[in-house]
Amino acid sequence: MKYLCMVYIEEAKLAALSDEEFDQLDKDSLAYDKELRAGGYLIAAQALQSVQTATTLRVRKNKLSATDGPFAETKEQLCGFVLIEAKDLNDAIRVASKIPVAGVGSVEVRPVRELEEQERWDKRG
Amino acid sequence: MTEEHDSIFETVDGIYRTESRRILATLIKLLGDFDLAEESLQNAFAAAIGSWPRDGMPANPRAWLVSAGRFKAVDALRRRARFDAVQRELAKTQETTSEEAAERPELEDDRLRLIFVCCHPALSPDAQIALTLREVCGLTTEEIARAHLTTAPTVAQRIVRAKAKIREAKIPYEVPSISELPERLEIVLHVVYLIFNEGYSASSGDQLTRTDLTQEAIRLTRLLIQLLPEPDSEATGLLALMLLNESRRAARLSAEGDVVLLEDQDRSLWNQEQITEGVVLVRKALATRNVGAYTLQAAIAAVHAEAPSSKDTDWNEIVGLYDLLQKIEPSPVVELNRAVAVAMRDGESVGLRLIDDLLARGELENYSFAHAGQAELYRRLGRTDDARQSYERALQLMEQEPERRFIERRLKELAGANHRASERGS
Repeated sequence: MKYLCMVYIEEAKLAALSDEEFDQLDKDSLAYDKELRAGGYLIAAQALQSVQTATTLRVRKNKLSATDGPFAETKEQLCGFVLIEAKDLNDAIRVASKIPVAGVGSVEVRPVRELEEQERWDKRG
Repeated sequence: MTEEHDSIFETVDGIYRTESRRILATLIKLLGDFDLAEESLQNAFAAAIGSWPRDGMPANPRAWLVSAGRFKAVDALRRRARFDAVQRELAKTQETTSEEAAERPELEDDRLRLIFVCCHPALSPDAQIALTLREVCGLTTEEIARAHLTTAPTVAQRIVRAKAKIREAKIPYEVPSISELPERLEIVLHVVYLIFNEGYSASSGDQLTRTDLTQEAIRLTRLLIQLLPEPDSEATGLLALMLLNESRRAARLSAEGDVVLLEDQDRSLWNQEQITEGVVLVRKALATRNVGAYTLQAAIAAVHAEAPSSKDTDWNEIVGLYDLLQKIEPSPVVELNRAVAVAMRDGESVGLRLIDDLLARGELENYSFAHAGQAELYRRLGRTDDARQSYERALQLMEQEPERRFIERRLKELAGANHRASERGS
């Protein structure tokens, strides 16, 4: 089963880190990615640029509108993600709890809805 | 209908009462689906009523029912025309069953698994409680709704959502590993504690206590202690705490359903059997290195339980235990209780000063019992006007009907005292 671990952090907190701390966090994150890949968990993992670089799109009545910034004003912003293949939610929680940024921010664990699988089920149902 | 038939019917009824939750737990594990398991459980018992009078009682009724439930589930799946799924399901159940049979003749572990699934941290606290009462304790949706003063559809919806999350996020049916057990057990104990408290001191409504919930909480904790791979001192402490509190049930309310304060209770009404068991459990929990908040609260309850009267209570010991409790689990409510104990030990004005400070900090501003406690100390000091003001504030905040009646009674007494005082003054 696939789970997307969405990593959130207050960007101000990230900015407040010293250069050494910031580099260490990056190193730890890369090391953990490696560990997950070796363990057969990792599908994809990326850190994201600051939320200020984000563009939000909406298509309404075939008309595209693009606006600056994130959709919702929340304190914590999405700063990266790890897509994993895990046995079940407990397994996924075990993996996600060791994501280094979890020590500063938070990680939302969401099961992936398999669209193909879903379609097959619907035809049968 | 023959006599034999009647007696088998009674036996099935008895097995339903004592075994159905256990069988359900196993079926949930085998089938991986709460609703399918529940349906199969009912069908298995229906099949038993049909075939046992004809074929005689099976040697192991529980195993028979589990097996019947499994086949009924396969039937149900087939009816839903998901043939591939049936085959998969069937293959899976056969596999796990033979594995299970080889490894564990006892199916009790499934109940423990079920408790940990129902109290999974990924579920909301409301859902944890509702699901535990429904699936582990076997209460109906209506009973849970009544106990929580909400509607049956609300409870049903909570349970449906929780089951959907278990299925969709794939919450596994397992007892956490030893390294994760302490954190997970803490949640389970907390859920049980909330169930007990809701029964012991219903947060609102016209009844002060709800016996069914306290009984369920006690039963659940006994089960937990019996099933845990290693003894846990806090589980023991929690059972002790619940037994010692429950022991006072008969004395806590007057015949009219009014609140009787601890110091005014008829101690001969206290349940000595529960006290004896509770005290033994407290000693056992205190003897471990790991003394937690439940154990300390149980120790406080034990001091009360063993005191012949309020006056002859070892208040010094109680204050000391509150100090320890405040250290490991600091909370303004613990401070409030400590202040009341200090008032008993060192006099009302000393306790009052502590409560004044506490209220000045603001955290307990909306906690009715803080104002009621303050009022009680004012009353004892003869500061009638202050007492009245505090009781009035407490009354504004109190939602429990019996507690409200108690405060109203006190206010009436104070009005009488004031009246007499002003008569004397004139």
